[in-house]
Amino acid sequence: MFAACGSDNAADSANQQVTFEPTATSSLATAMPEEAAEGEAPAETDEDSQPDEAVTENYPTAIVSLSPTATEMLFAVGAGSQVIAVDDFSYYPPEAPVVEGLSGWNPNVESIASFEPDLVVLSDSGVQEELELLGIEVFVAPAAVDLDDVYTQMSALGELTGNERTAGDAVLSMQAAIGEIIAGIEMSSEPLTYFHELDDTLYSVTSSTFIGQIYAMTGLKNIADPADEDGAAWGYPQLSEEFILQADPDLIFYADAQCCAQSLSTISARPGWSELSAVRNGNIFEMDSDISSRWGPRLVDFLETVSDAVATVNAR
Amino acid sequence: MPVKQLFAKAVAPRSPGVVTEKLRIPSLLTGVLAIAVATAAGLLIGPADIDRTNVLKELLDRVPLISVDSGLSAIQKNIIWEVRLPRVALGALVGGTLALSGASYQAVFRNPLADPYLLGAAAGAGLGATVAIVTGSGDGVGTFDLVPLLAFVGALAAVALTYLLGYSSGTQRSPAALLLAGVAVASFLTAVQTFIQQQNVETIRQVYSWILGRLNTASWDEVSLLAPYAFASAVLILVCRRILDVMRLGDFEASSLGIRPQLVRLVVICAASLGTAAAVAVSGLIAFVGIIVPHTVRLLIGASNRVVLPLSILFGAAFLVFVDLLGRSLASPAEIPIGVITAFCGAPFFVIVLRSSKRTLG
Repeated sequence: MFAACGSDNAADSANQQVTFEPTATSSLATAMPEEAAEGEAPAETDEDSQPDEAVTENYPTAIVSLSPTATEMLFAVGAGSQVIAVDDFSYYPPEAPVVEGLSGWNPNVESIASFEPDLVVLSDSGVQEELELLGIEVFVAPAAVDLDDVYTQMSALGELTGNERTAGDAVLSMQAAIGEIIAGIEMSSEPLTYFHELDDTLYSVTSSTFIGQIYAMTGLKNIADPADEDGAAWGYPQLSEEFILQADPDLIFYADAQCCAQSLSTISARPGWSELSAVRNGNIFEMDSDISSRWGPRLVDFLETVSDAVATVNAR
Repeated sequence: MPVKQLFAKAVAPRSPGVVTEKLRIPSLLTGVLAIAVATAAGLLIGPADIDRTNVLKELLDRVPLISVDSGLSAIQKNIIWEVRLPRVALGALVGGTLALSGASYQAVFRNPLADPYLLGAAAGAGLGATVAIVTGSGDGVGTFDLVPLLAFVGALAAVALTYLLGYSSGTQRSPAALLLAGVAVASFLTAVQTFIQQQNVETIRQVYSWILGRLNTASWDEVSLLAPYAFASAVLILVCRRILDVMRLGDFEASSLGIRPQLVRLVVICAASLGTAAAVAVSGLIAFVGIIVPHTVRLLIGASNRVVLPLSILFGAAFLVFVDLLGRSLASPAEIPIGVITAFCGAPFFVIVLRSSKRTLG
């Protein structure tokens, strides 16, 4: 991961640090392309500023995103100012123009078209054909399978919106941040096991999902993997309670605090769970359900939470 | 048909339409045996690999005056006493209650297609649960769970609404009016439920998982929640079993014998609805049990309510415990929703019984 950082784009990422944090920095990055290019050879300047100038001409300026993850990506790659409307679950970053009632789950072609968008980003191809019939360009960014998919989607969105370079930087800094976190993890010889709880009916994820892959990067071993070896549940099986008890995971991560009012105390108080080592040692960690389910730039935060948890457990 | 010969004691009806079969000891014992076998299997088999002899030792250890070292770890003991046993107990209570409710509805409406959800209980419970899931999300009302409470209230309210509509239709104070009112109420409540669900897509998996029915998070809390209602409902219905047999002749004939059909029907419907509401509240919507169990009893053993009602409890309980065992074993360590298995295994089994039996569903 660090190797990628040392490539020819290193100067860029140094100038525009932390572009994956989609706050004011993103718009800054697009607004001041000259400044970013300052430290480079003059010959490159013309070429590099080309896509940014073209934003006003050929690139979409009225983007509608119906996928919360795509919204996060668009802002991270510096296309935030080109986004005019996002679905009602795209509440991150806070400046995203959320339209109440604009649904990504149950998309309505007419209400999407009423924004007169020149690009619509979806997470599945449900209304793609209908929108294209209206002459609207559509980009489908389905759930990532691994981190490479995440980077590919971010780069593609950057390219599509004329923010190729900012997108490249965002990807690089994401990779750098991830590399740094992983380098800091103390891998134990005997891998720790974990259970990731999606809801209180014990749905979980296997290592074949991007969620599971984040955990795998920290050296944790997933107890849910035997539950969906053939992939019939798309990597999201429902586990038997007694199986979890028998597997006795070292760490429990629960992403159902928001949906199902679960907490350290409710999980510890579940009948039969008191003897679990995660419960006895207090190795139960809350996960933000958005951060741990969106395959966007905030995967870095997700990884950080997991690695902090691993560090806490190792310190005990 | 060897199974049939086991039970078959041809009893000639005294008059057409009247079945006088009584509940016989062998049938009763078969039912008890079925529950015992299902319970034993439910305790011995599961995704967690626990030595069966040790499980038996652990069970023996709990018998007063006997002390055996089972050699099970604390976690394994918890699996037996806090996961498998409450799950078996809840499965038995839910299965018995739903099968009895189905049998009762079939008796009072004299309609073989009647099931426990006929009068809108499922739709009402679904709406209640959806409202609880949607509004309760993120609030964190402590450990108190709104879902079973609102599902229970929703189921009872839906049946009450059906009853009011069905019997206020004026011209027809017949069971048919009640059935139609049930269809209307169920459709209406399902529409409201779907609307709320679609407005709150972030909770859709929870709602869906509730609708498919669940025993996988069964605990003693749920067992103690359901037990009093299941017991009360069973007692009330069983008390009426002879009267229900007489009512098979028709309302007019029953009236001439001093029975008040409307009142009996109200009592039985109330009792069955109470049981259904409580079962649905703790386990979600488990389909099909209420239809196939009573009919299987009718086809294999006998059609009188004195036979069907008590045996539906026993075989319903055994059936659901067994089906739940499949649900947690077939894809182990993953779960298959129990509602899927009741229909998947229940329907073919029922067709076999239907085709091979010479008895009528009368």
